[in-house]
Amino acid sequence: MKKMLILLFTVPFCFLAAAQDMTDLVKKVKTKLDQVNDYEATGVLKTDIVFIKAPVSKIKVYFKKPDKFRLKKDGGISILPKGGVSVTVTNIVDIASFVALAAGESTVDGYPVKIVKVLPSDENNEIVLATLYIDEKNVLVRRATITTRENGTYDVSLSYGSYSNYGLPDKVVFSFNTKDYKLPKGITLEFDDDVKSSDMDKLKNKKGKVEITYSSYTINKGIDDSVFK
Amino acid sequence: MWKLLQIELYKIFRRPRTYIAFGTIAALIIILQVGLKLDGQEYLDFMLNSLSKFDVSGTVLNGYMVCYVTLQMLLINVPLLVTLIAGDIISGEANMGTLRFMLGKPYSRSQILIAKFLAASIYTFLLLIWLAIFALLLNLVIFGTGDLMIFKSSYLVIINHDDIFWRYIGAFCFAFLSMTTVAAVGFLLSIFAENSIGPIVGTMSVIIFFTVISTLNIPMYNVIKPFLFVTHMNVWKEFFDQKADAHNVGIPGTLQNPQRIISSALVLLAHIVGLVSLAVYIFKKKDILS
Repeated sequence: MKKMLILLFTVPFCFLAAAQDMTDLVKKVKTKLDQVNDYEATGVLKTDIVFIKAPVSKIKVYFKKPDKFRLKKDGGISILPKGGVSVTVTNIVDIASFVALAAGESTVDGYPVKIVKVLPSDENNEIVLATLYIDEKNVLVRRATITTRENGTYDVSLSYGSYSNYGLPDKVVFSFNTKDYKLPKGITLEFDDDVKSSDMDKLKNKKGKVEITYSSYTINKGIDDSVFK
Repeated sequence: MWKLLQIELYKIFRRPRTYIAFGTIAALIIILQVGLKLDGQEYLDFMLNSLSKFDVSGTVLNGYMVCYVTLQMLLINVPLLVTLIAGDIISGEANMGTLRFMLGKPYSRSQILIAKFLAASIYTFLLLIWLAIFALLLNLVIFGTGDLMIFKSSYLVIINHDDIFWRYIGAFCFAFLSMTTVAAVGFLLSIFAENSIGPIVGTMSVIIFFTVISTLNIPMYNVIKPFLFVTHMNVWKEFFDQKADAHNVGIPGTLQNPQRIISSALVLLAHIVGLVSLAVYIFKKKDILS
Protein backbone atom coordinates (compact mmCIF):
# COMPACT_ATOMS: atom_id res chain seq x y z
CA MET A 1 0.00 0.00 0.00
CA LYS A 2 2.81 2.33 0.99
CA LYS A 3 4.61 1.59 -2.30
CA MET A 4 1.40 2.27 -4.22
CA LEU A 5 1.02 5.67 -2.55
CA ILE A 6 4.63 6.60 -3.31
CA LEU A 7 4.11 5.63 -6.98
CA LEU A 8 0.84 7.57 -7.12
CA PHE A 9 2.55 10.78 -5.95
CA THR A 10 5.73 10.50 -8.03
CA VAL A 11 4.18 9.74 -11.47
CA PRO A 12 2.56 13.20 -11.88
CA PHE A 13 5.90 14.81 -10.96
CA CYS A 14 7.52 12.83 -13.78
CA PHE A 15 5.12 14.37 -16.27
CA LEU A 16 5.64 17.79 -14.69
CA ALA A 17 9.37 17.34 -15.01
CA ALA A 18 8.91 16.48 -18.71
CA ALA A 19 6.95 19.77 -19.30
CA GLN A 20 9.62 21.80 -17.55
CA ASP A 21 12.21 20.18 -19.78
CA MET A 22 10.43 21.55 -22.88
CA THR A 23 10.45 25.07 -21.50
CA ASP A 24 14.12 24.69 -20.73
CA LEU A 25 14.75 23.45 -24.26
CA VAL A 26 12.96 26.43 -25.76
CA LYS A 27 14.96 28.72 -23.49
CA LYS A 28 18.18 27.05 -24.62
CA VAL A 29 17.24 27.88 -28.22
CA LYS A 30 16.48 31.45 -27.14
CA THR A 31 19.86 31.76 -25.44
CA LYS A 32 21.57 30.67 -28.63
CA LEU A 33 19.57 33.08 -30.77
CA ASP A 34 20.13 35.89 -28.27
CA GLN A 35 23.77 36.06 -29.39
CA VAL A 36 22.47 37.90 -32.45
CA ASN A 37 21.40 41.49 -31.82
CA ASP A 38 21.21 42.31 -35.50
CA TYR A 39 22.28 40.96 -38.84
CA GLU A 40 22.43 41.90 -42.48
CA ALA A 41 22.27 38.93 -44.81
CA THR A 42 22.57 38.51 -48.56
CA GLY A 43 20.73 35.77 -50.29
CA VAL A 44 18.48 34.61 -53.06
CA LEU A 45 14.69 34.59 -52.99
CA LYS A 46 12.64 32.06 -54.94
CA THR A 47 8.85 32.34 -55.08
CA ASP A 48 6.88 29.22 -55.95
CA ILE A 49 3.28 30.41 -55.83
CA VAL A 50 0.92 29.28 -58.57
CA PHE A 51 -0.47 32.72 -59.39
CA ILE A 52 2.77 34.68 -59.07
CA LYS A 53 5.36 34.35 -61.80
CA ALA A 54 8.51 35.97 -60.47
CA PRO A 55 12.16 35.26 -61.27
CA VAL A 56 14.79 34.29 -58.72
CA SER A 57 16.00 37.50 -57.05
CA LYS A 58 19.03 38.63 -55.12
CA ILE A 59 17.93 40.09 -51.82
CA LYS A 60 19.20 41.63 -48.61
CA VAL A 61 17.62 40.74 -45.30
CA TYR A 62 17.91 42.91 -42.23
CA PHE A 63 17.08 41.93 -38.67
CA LYS A 64 17.30 43.88 -35.43
CA LYS A 65 16.21 42.81 -31.99
CA PRO A 66 13.58 42.37 -30.79
CA ASP A 67 11.40 42.03 -33.89
CA LYS A 68 12.52 44.32 -36.72
CA PHE A 69 12.73 42.43 -40.00
CA ARG A 70 13.08 43.76 -43.52
CA LEU A 71 13.63 42.06 -46.85
CA LYS A 72 14.81 44.19 -49.77
CA LYS A 73 15.38 43.37 -53.39
CA ASP A 74 17.93 45.75 -54.93
CA GLY A 75 16.13 47.99 -57.41
CA GLY A 76 13.22 45.61 -57.55
CA ILE A 77 9.92 44.40 -56.18
CA SER A 78 9.49 41.58 -53.71
CA ILE A 79 6.14 40.04 -52.89
CA LEU A 80 5.89 37.82 -49.84
CA PRO A 81 3.00 36.35 -47.84
CA LYS A 82 2.16 38.70 -45.02
CA GLY A 83 3.40 37.75 -41.59
CA GLY A 84 5.05 34.58 -42.83
CA VAL A 85 8.59 35.45 -43.72
CA SER A 86 8.91 38.08 -41.03
CA VAL A 87 7.69 35.76 -38.27
CA THR A 88 10.94 34.06 -37.43
CA VAL A 89 11.90 31.50 -34.84
CA THR A 90 13.26 34.43 -32.83
CA ASN A 91 9.73 35.85 -32.57
CA ILE A 92 8.50 32.59 -31.13
CA VAL A 93 11.18 32.00 -28.53
CA ASP A 94 11.04 35.68 -27.54
CA ILE A 95 7.43 35.42 -26.41
CA ALA A 96 7.44 36.65 -22.83
CA SER A 97 5.08 34.13 -21.38
CA PHE A 98 4.26 30.81 -22.93
CA VAL A 99 3.53 27.18 -22.24
CA ALA A 100 5.76 24.62 -23.94
CA LEU A 101 4.34 21.13 -24.14
CA ALA A 102 6.08 18.02 -25.35
CA ALA A 103 4.34 16.47 -28.34
CA GLY A 104 6.61 13.57 -29.11
CA GLU A 105 9.69 12.99 -31.20
CA SER A 106 10.41 12.80 -34.88
CA THR A 107 13.14 13.11 -37.51
CA VAL A 108 13.70 16.10 -39.77
CA ASP A 109 16.30 15.85 -42.56
CA GLY A 110 17.86 12.92 -40.76
CA TYR A 111 18.17 14.77 -37.43
CA PRO A 112 16.25 13.47 -34.42
CA VAL A 113 14.04 16.24 -33.06
CA LYS A 114 11.76 16.88 -30.12
CA ILE A 115 8.33 18.22 -31.04
CA VAL A 116 7.35 21.12 -28.80
CA LYS A 117 4.01 22.90 -28.87
CA VAL A 118 4.43 26.52 -27.81
CA LEU A 119 1.26 28.31 -26.67
CA PRO A 120 1.62 32.02 -25.88
CA SER A 121 -0.15 32.97 -22.65
CA ASP A 122 -1.08 36.38 -24.05
CA GLU A 123 -4.38 35.96 -25.90
CA ASN A 124 -3.60 38.97 -28.10
CA ASN A 125 -0.30 37.63 -29.38
CA GLU A 126 -0.10 37.47 -33.17
CA ILE A 127 1.14 33.88 -32.85
CA VAL A 128 -1.64 31.59 -31.69
CA LEU A 129 0.26 28.31 -31.72
CA ALA A 130 3.73 27.24 -32.80
CA THR A 131 4.94 23.68 -33.20
CA LEU A 132 8.73 23.54 -33.08
CA TYR A 133 10.82 20.59 -34.17
CA ILE A 134 13.94 21.15 -32.08
CA ASP A 135 17.23 19.36 -32.62
CA GLU A 136 18.16 18.99 -28.98
CA LYS A 137 21.75 17.99 -29.59
CA ASN A 138 22.60 21.04 -31.71
CA VAL A 139 20.00 23.36 -30.11
CA LEU A 140 18.52 24.25 -33.47
CA VAL A 141 14.95 24.53 -34.71
CA ARG A 142 14.77 22.38 -37.85
CA ARG A 143 11.14 22.95 -38.63
CA ALA A 144 8.21 25.00 -37.35
CA THR A 145 4.49 25.17 -37.98
CA ILE A 146 3.22 28.58 -36.99
CA THR A 147 -0.44 29.54 -36.73
CA THR A 148 -0.98 33.29 -36.71
CA ARG A 149 -4.07 35.27 -35.80
CA GLU A 150 -4.30 37.34 -38.97
CA ASN A 151 -2.32 35.52 -41.62
CA GLY A 152 -3.07 31.83 -41.41
CA THR A 153 -0.69 28.94 -40.90
CA TYR A 154 2.83 28.54 -42.25
CA ASP A 155 5.27 25.66 -42.34
CA VAL A 156 8.88 26.75 -42.02
CA SER A 157 11.80 24.42 -42.82
CA LEU A 158 15.29 25.52 -41.82
CA SER A 159 18.66 24.15 -42.95
CA TYR A 160 21.88 25.16 -41.26
CA GLY A 161 25.51 25.39 -42.27
CA SER A 162 28.29 27.84 -41.46
CA TYR A 163 26.19 30.00 -39.12
CA SER A 164 24.60 27.24 -37.05
CA ASN A 165 26.51 28.43 -33.98
CA TYR A 166 24.37 31.56 -34.06
CA GLY A 167 21.21 29.64 -34.90
CA LEU A 168 21.05 31.39 -38.29
CA PRO A 169 19.93 29.18 -41.18
CA ASP A 170 21.49 28.82 -44.61
CA LYS A 171 18.12 28.12 -46.15
CA VAL A 172 14.55 28.79 -45.10
CA VAL A 173 11.47 27.47 -46.89
CA PHE A 174 8.05 28.91 -46.03
CA SER A 175 5.04 26.89 -47.18
CA PHE A 176 1.42 28.01 -46.96
CA ASN A 177 -1.97 27.20 -48.41
CA THR A 178 -2.91 29.39 -51.39
CA LYS A 179 -6.55 28.31 -51.41
CA ASP A 180 -7.91 31.55 -50.03
CA TYR A 181 -5.76 33.91 -52.05
CA LYS A 182 -7.42 35.82 -54.85
CA LEU A 183 -6.07 37.99 -57.60
CA PRO A 184 -7.75 41.12 -58.86
CA LYS A 185 -9.37 40.83 -62.25
CA GLY A 186 -9.58 43.65 -64.73
CA ILE A 187 -7.09 45.95 -63.08
CA THR A 188 -4.99 45.96 -66.24
CA LEU A 189 -7.94 45.15 -68.54
CA GLU A 190 -6.54 41.74 -69.48
CA PHE A 191 -9.49 39.96 -71.04
CA ASP A 192 -7.74 37.45 -73.21
CA ASP A 193 -6.55 34.83 -70.74
CA ASP A 194 -6.83 31.25 -71.96
CA VAL A 195 -6.76 29.51 -68.58
CA LYS A 196 -10.13 28.19 -67.50
CA SER A 197 -11.32 29.05 -64.02
CA SER A 198 -11.78 25.37 -63.11
CA ASP A 199 -8.11 24.72 -63.92
CA MET A 200 -7.11 27.72 -61.84
CA ASP A 201 -9.13 26.40 -58.89
CA LYS A 202 -7.24 23.10 -59.11
CA LEU A 203 -3.94 24.91 -59.25
CA LYS A 204 -4.82 27.06 -56.27
CA ASN A 205 -5.17 24.00 -54.08
CA LYS A 206 -1.40 23.62 -54.27
CA LYS A 207 0.79 24.96 -51.50
CA GLY A 208 2.71 28.15 -52.08
CA LYS A 209 6.40 28.23 -51.19
CA VAL A 210 8.88 31.00 -50.61
CA GLU A 211 12.50 29.92 -50.38
CA ILE A 212 15.33 32.10 -49.11
CA THR A 213 18.88 30.81 -49.48
CA TYR A 214 21.36 32.89 -47.51
CA SER A 215 24.91 33.27 -48.78
CA SER A 216 26.37 35.38 -46.00
CA TYR A 217 25.53 37.10 -42.74
CA THR A 218 27.07 40.22 -41.20
CA ILE A 219 26.28 39.81 -37.52
CA ASN A 220 26.15 42.38 -34.72
CA LYS A 221 27.67 45.26 -36.68
CA GLY A 222 24.76 47.61 -35.94
CA ILE A 223 21.87 48.51 -38.24
CA ASP A 224 20.14 51.87 -38.37
CA ASP A 225 16.39 51.90 -37.67
CA SER A 226 15.79 53.81 -40.89
CA VAL A 227 16.49 50.60 -42.81
CA PHE A 228 13.23 49.14 -41.47
CA LYS A 229 11.02 52.04 -42.59
CA MET B 1 10.26 56.78 -105.92
CA TRP B 2 12.33 58.49 -103.26
CA LYS B 3 11.32 61.87 -104.69
CA LEU B 4 7.66 60.86 -104.57
CA LEU B 5 8.05 59.80 -100.95
CA GLN B 6 9.67 63.10 -100.05
CA ILE B 7 6.81 65.00 -101.66
CA GLU B 8 4.20 62.92 -99.82
CA LEU B 9 5.96 63.42 -96.50
CA TYR B 10 6.17 67.14 -97.15
CA LYS B 11 2.42 67.21 -97.87
CA ILE B 12 1.66 65.38 -94.64
CA PHE B 13 3.91 67.42 -92.37
CA ARG B 14 3.15 70.85 -93.75
CA ARG B 15 -0.41 70.55 -92.58
CA PRO B 16 -1.05 71.86 -89.05
CA ARG B 17 -3.64 69.14 -88.40
CA THR B 18 -0.87 66.52 -88.63
CA TYR B 19 0.49 67.82 -85.34
CA ILE B 20 -2.84 67.40 -83.54
CA ALA B 21 -1.94 63.76 -82.95
CA PHE B 22 1.50 64.59 -81.56
CA GLY B 23 0.07 67.30 -79.34
CA THR B 24 -2.73 65.07 -78.10
CA ILE B 25 -0.36 62.27 -77.18
CA ALA B 26 2.00 64.63 -75.38
CA ALA B 27 -0.84 66.32 -73.48
CA LEU B 28 -2.46 63.04 -72.41
CA ILE B 29 0.80 61.56 -71.21
CA ILE B 30 1.78 64.69 -69.31
CA ILE B 31 -1.60 64.75 -67.56
CA LEU B 32 -1.17 61.12 -66.62
CA GLN B 33 2.37 61.74 -65.37
CA VAL B 34 1.32 64.70 -63.23
CA GLY B 35 -1.60 62.74 -61.80
CA LEU B 36 0.47 59.71 -60.94
CA LYS B 37 3.35 61.75 -59.57
CA LEU B 38 1.06 63.64 -57.21
CA ASP B 39 -1.51 60.94 -56.47
CA GLY B 40 0.27 57.78 -57.48
CA GLN B 41 0.13 56.26 -54.00
CA GLU B 42 -3.67 56.15 -54.00
CA TYR B 43 -3.71 54.56 -57.43
CA LEU B 44 -1.15 52.05 -56.21
CA ASP B 45 -3.15 51.29 -53.07
CA PHE B 46 -6.21 50.63 -55.22
CA MET B 47 -4.20 48.36 -57.49
CA LEU B 48 -2.63 46.43 -54.60
CA ASN B 49 -5.82 46.28 -52.58
CA SER B 50 -6.51 42.68 -53.46
CA LEU B 51 -2.96 41.71 -52.55
CA SER B 52 -3.74 42.52 -48.92
CA LYS B 53 -2.48 39.09 -47.84
CA PHE B 54 0.95 39.89 -49.26
CA ASP B 55 3.71 42.32 -48.33
CA VAL B 56 4.74 44.12 -51.49
CA SER B 57 7.93 46.11 -51.17
CA GLY B 58 9.97 48.02 -53.70
CA THR B 59 9.20 50.75 -56.18
CA VAL B 60 6.06 49.41 -57.86
CA LEU B 61 5.10 52.72 -59.46
CA ASN B 62 8.21 53.17 -61.57
CA GLY B 63 8.77 54.38 -65.12
CA TYR B 64 8.21 50.96 -66.68
CA MET B 65 4.91 50.48 -64.85
CA VAL B 66 3.64 53.94 -65.77
CA CYS B 67 4.63 53.32 -69.41
CA TYR B 68 2.68 50.05 -69.43
CA VAL B 69 -0.42 51.76 -68.03
CA THR B 70 0.01 54.56 -70.60
CA LEU B 71 0.27 52.14 -73.50
CA GLN B 72 -2.79 50.23 -72.32
CA MET B 73 -4.81 53.42 -72.42
CA LEU B 74 -3.36 55.10 -75.48
CA LEU B 75 -2.94 52.24 -77.90
CA ILE B 76 -6.72 51.89 -77.96
CA ASN B 77 -7.01 55.50 -79.12
CA VAL B 78 -3.94 55.89 -81.34
CA PRO B 79 -5.75 54.19 -84.30
CA LEU B 80 -7.99 57.27 -84.53
CA LEU B 81 -4.95 59.51 -84.74
CA VAL B 82 -3.48 57.29 -87.46
CA THR B 83 -6.66 57.30 -89.55
CA LEU B 84 -6.70 61.12 -89.50
CA ILE B 85 -3.80 60.97 -91.94
CA ALA B 86 -4.27 57.60 -93.63
CA GLY B 87 -7.96 58.20 -94.36
CA ASP B 88 -7.16 61.57 -95.90
CA ILE B 89 -4.24 60.53 -98.04
CA ILE B 90 -6.17 59.88 -101.31
CA SER B 91 -9.57 61.37 -100.55
CA GLY B 92 -7.94 64.62 -99.45
CA GLU B 93 -6.27 64.95 -102.84
CA ALA B 94 -9.58 64.18 -104.56
CA ASN B 95 -11.32 66.79 -102.41
CA MET B 96 -8.76 69.45 -103.33
CA GLY B 97 -8.91 68.48 -107.00
CA THR B 98 -5.20 67.70 -107.22
CA LEU B 99 -5.57 63.98 -107.77
CA ARG B 100 -5.91 64.07 -111.53
CA PHE B 101 -3.07 66.55 -111.74
CA MET B 102 -0.86 64.27 -109.64
CA LEU B 103 -1.71 61.25 -111.80
CA GLY B 104 -0.54 63.18 -114.84
CA LYS B 105 3.05 63.03 -113.56
CA PRO B 106 5.47 60.51 -115.04
CA TYR B 107 4.89 57.96 -112.28
CA SER B 108 2.67 54.91 -112.43
CA ARG B 109 -0.43 54.79 -110.26
CA SER B 110 1.17 51.94 -108.31
CA GLN B 111 4.24 54.02 -107.55
CA ILE B 112 2.15 56.97 -106.42
CA LEU B 113 0.00 54.81 -104.19
CA ILE B 114 2.95 52.94 -102.68
CA ALA B 115 4.68 56.24 -101.98
CA LYS B 116 1.53 57.55 -100.28
CA PHE B 117 1.22 54.43 -98.17
CA LEU B 118 4.90 54.56 -97.21
CA ALA B 119 4.46 58.19 -96.19
CA ALA B 120 1.48 57.25 -94.02
CA SER B 121 3.57 54.45 -92.49
CA ILE B 122 6.43 56.84 -91.75
CA TYR B 123 3.95 59.20 -90.08
CA THR B 124 2.72 56.25 -87.99
CA PHE B 125 6.30 55.32 -87.13
CA LEU B 126 7.13 58.87 -86.03
CA LEU B 127 3.96 58.99 -83.96
CA LEU B 128 5.05 55.85 -82.15
CA ILE B 129 8.57 57.20 -81.63
CA TRP B 130 6.94 60.28 -80.12
CA LEU B 131 4.82 58.02 -77.91
CA ALA B 132 7.93 56.07 -76.89
CA ILE B 133 9.79 59.24 -75.94
CA PHE B 134 6.96 60.52 -73.76
CA ALA B 135 5.60 57.24 -72.43
CA LEU B 136 8.85 55.40 -71.86
CA LEU B 137 11.89 57.66 -71.75
CA LEU B 138 10.25 60.57 -69.98
CA ASN B 139 8.59 58.23 -67.48
CA LEU B 140 11.92 56.60 -66.70
CA VAL B 141 13.33 60.05 -65.95
CA ILE B 142 10.36 61.08 -63.78
CA PHE B 143 9.56 57.82 -62.00
CA GLY B 144 12.86 55.94 -62.22
CA THR B 145 13.41 52.30 -63.07
CA GLY B 146 12.49 49.15 -61.21
CA ASP B 147 10.87 45.79 -61.69
CA LEU B 148 7.67 45.64 -63.68
CA MET B 149 4.68 44.10 -61.95
CA ILE B 150 1.75 43.22 -64.20
CA PHE B 151 -1.59 41.74 -63.25
CA LYS B 152 -2.72 39.29 -65.87
CA SER B 153 -6.29 38.06 -65.46
CA SER B 154 -5.34 34.94 -63.52
CA TYR B 155 -1.80 35.56 -62.34
CA LEU B 156 0.77 38.19 -61.51
CA VAL B 157 4.03 38.62 -63.41
CA ILE B 158 7.12 40.31 -62.02
CA ILE B 159 9.85 41.06 -64.56
CA ASN B 160 13.35 42.08 -63.46
CA HIS B 161 14.32 45.68 -64.18
CA ASP B 162 17.22 44.59 -66.40
CA ASP B 163 14.92 42.40 -68.47
CA ILE B 164 12.36 45.01 -69.50
CA PHE B 165 13.78 47.51 -71.96
CA TRP B 166 14.10 45.04 -74.84
CA ARG B 167 10.49 44.01 -74.24
CA TYR B 168 9.37 47.60 -74.75
CA ILE B 169 11.36 47.79 -78.00
CA GLY B 170 9.54 44.66 -79.14
CA ALA B 171 6.17 46.00 -77.98
CA PHE B 172 6.62 49.29 -79.83
CA CYS B 173 7.69 47.44 -82.98
CA PHE B 174 4.57 45.30 -82.71
CA ALA B 175 2.44 48.38 -82.07
CA PHE B 176 3.90 49.85 -85.27
CA LEU B 177 2.67 46.79 -87.16
CA SER B 178 -0.76 47.15 -85.58
CA MET B 179 -1.06 50.84 -86.36
CA THR B 180 0.22 50.32 -89.91
CA THR B 181 -2.59 47.80 -90.38
CA VAL B 182 -5.04 50.48 -89.27
CA ALA B 183 -3.36 52.87 -91.71
CA ALA B 184 -3.81 50.27 -94.46
CA VAL B 185 -7.56 50.05 -93.72
CA GLY B 186 -7.88 53.83 -93.83
CA PHE B 187 -5.76 53.91 -96.98
CA LEU B 188 -8.04 51.43 -98.76
CA LEU B 189 -11.21 53.27 -97.76
CA SER B 190 -9.65 56.56 -98.82
CA ILE B 191 -9.65 55.42 -102.43
CA PHE B 192 -13.44 55.24 -102.54
CA ALA B 193 -14.16 58.69 -101.16
CA GLU B 194 -13.68 62.29 -102.19
CA ASN B 195 -13.98 63.53 -98.65
CA SER B 196 -11.75 62.55 -95.70
CA ILE B 197 -14.57 62.23 -93.15
CA GLY B 198 -15.95 59.08 -94.78
CA PRO B 199 -12.74 57.03 -94.70
CA ILE B 200 -11.85 58.21 -91.18
CA VAL B 201 -15.26 57.36 -89.76
CA GLY B 202 -15.34 54.19 -91.83
CA THR B 203 -11.98 53.00 -90.49
CA MET B 204 -12.99 53.65 -86.88
CA SER B 205 -16.32 51.89 -87.49
CA VAL B 206 -14.50 48.87 -88.88
CA ILE B 207 -12.22 48.77 -85.81
CA ILE B 208 -15.08 49.16 -83.35
CA PHE B 209 -17.19 46.56 -85.15
CA PHE B 210 -14.43 43.96 -85.30
CA THR B 211 -13.30 44.73 -81.74
CA VAL B 212 -16.79 44.01 -80.40
CA ILE B 213 -16.92 40.73 -82.34
CA SER B 214 -13.46 39.71 -81.13
CA THR B 215 -14.40 40.28 -77.48
CA LEU B 216 -17.70 38.40 -77.70
CA ASN B 217 -17.41 34.88 -76.38
CA ILE B 218 -20.04 33.42 -78.71
CA PRO B 219 -18.96 30.14 -80.37
CA MET B 220 -20.15 31.04 -83.87
CA TYR B 221 -17.92 34.13 -83.89
CA ASN B 222 -14.91 32.33 -82.45
CA VAL B 223 -14.31 30.83 -85.89
CA ILE B 224 -13.64 34.19 -87.53
CA LYS B 225 -11.77 35.82 -84.64
CA PRO B 226 -8.29 34.56 -85.65
CA PHE B 227 -8.74 36.26 -89.02
CA LEU B 228 -9.69 39.69 -87.66
CA PHE B 229 -6.75 42.09 -87.43
CA VAL B 230 -8.15 43.64 -84.23
CA THR B 231 -7.77 40.27 -82.47
CA HIS B 232 -4.03 40.52 -83.01
CA MET B 233 -3.51 44.21 -82.30
CA ASN B 234 -3.19 43.72 -78.53
CA VAL B 235 -0.60 41.00 -78.77
CA TRP B 236 2.11 43.54 -77.86
CA LYS B 237 1.22 42.61 -74.27
CA GLU B 238 2.73 39.16 -74.84
CA PHE B 239 6.15 40.81 -74.63
CA PHE B 240 5.41 41.35 -70.93
CA ASP B 241 5.12 37.76 -69.87
CA GLN B 242 7.81 35.18 -69.30
CA LYS B 243 8.11 31.43 -69.20
CA ALA B 244 8.22 29.72 -65.83
CA ASP B 245 10.00 26.55 -64.74
CA ALA B 246 8.34 23.58 -63.04
CA HIS B 247 8.12 25.57 -59.79
CA ASN B 248 6.46 28.57 -61.46
CA VAL B 249 9.66 30.62 -61.06
CA GLY B 250 9.97 33.14 -63.88
CA ILE B 251 12.80 32.64 -66.37
CA PRO B 252 14.33 36.02 -67.30
CA GLY B 253 14.92 36.77 -70.96
CA THR B 254 12.08 34.56 -72.16
CA LEU B 255 8.64 35.11 -73.63
CA GLN B 256 5.71 33.02 -72.49
CA ASN B 257 4.20 32.76 -75.94
CA PRO B 258 6.63 33.77 -78.72
CA GLN B 259 4.68 31.74 -81.25
CA ARG B 260 1.62 33.90 -80.68
CA ILE B 261 3.64 37.05 -81.29
CA ILE B 262 5.06 35.67 -84.52
CA SER B 263 1.72 34.38 -85.83
CA SER B 264 -0.07 37.64 -84.96
CA ALA B 265 2.70 39.65 -86.63
CA LEU B 266 2.29 37.53 -89.76
CA VAL B 267 -1.49 38.01 -89.72
CA LEU B 268 -1.04 41.78 -89.46
CA LEU B 269 1.60 41.77 -92.19
CA ALA B 270 -0.73 39.75 -94.39
CA HIS B 271 -3.49 42.30 -93.75
CA ILE B 272 -1.16 45.16 -94.68
CA VAL B 273 0.01 43.50 -97.89
CA GLY B 274 -3.51 42.39 -98.78
CA LEU B 275 -5.18 45.74 -98.11
CA VAL B 276 -2.51 47.80 -99.89
CA SER B 277 -2.47 45.39 -102.85
CA LEU B 278 -6.26 45.62 -103.08
CA ALA B 279 -6.05 49.40 -102.90
CA VAL B 280 -3.48 49.50 -105.69
CA TYR B 281 -5.52 47.07 -107.82
CA ILE B 282 -8.75 49.07 -107.44
CA PHE B 283 -7.04 52.42 -107.91
CA LYS B 284 -5.35 51.29 -111.11
CA LYS B 285 -8.69 50.42 -112.64
CA LYS B 286 -10.58 53.40 -111.26
CA ASP B 287 -11.71 56.33 -113.35
CA ILE B 288 -10.57 59.50 -111.65
CA LEU B 289 -13.34 61.99 -112.26
CA SER B 290 -12.71 64.54 -109.50
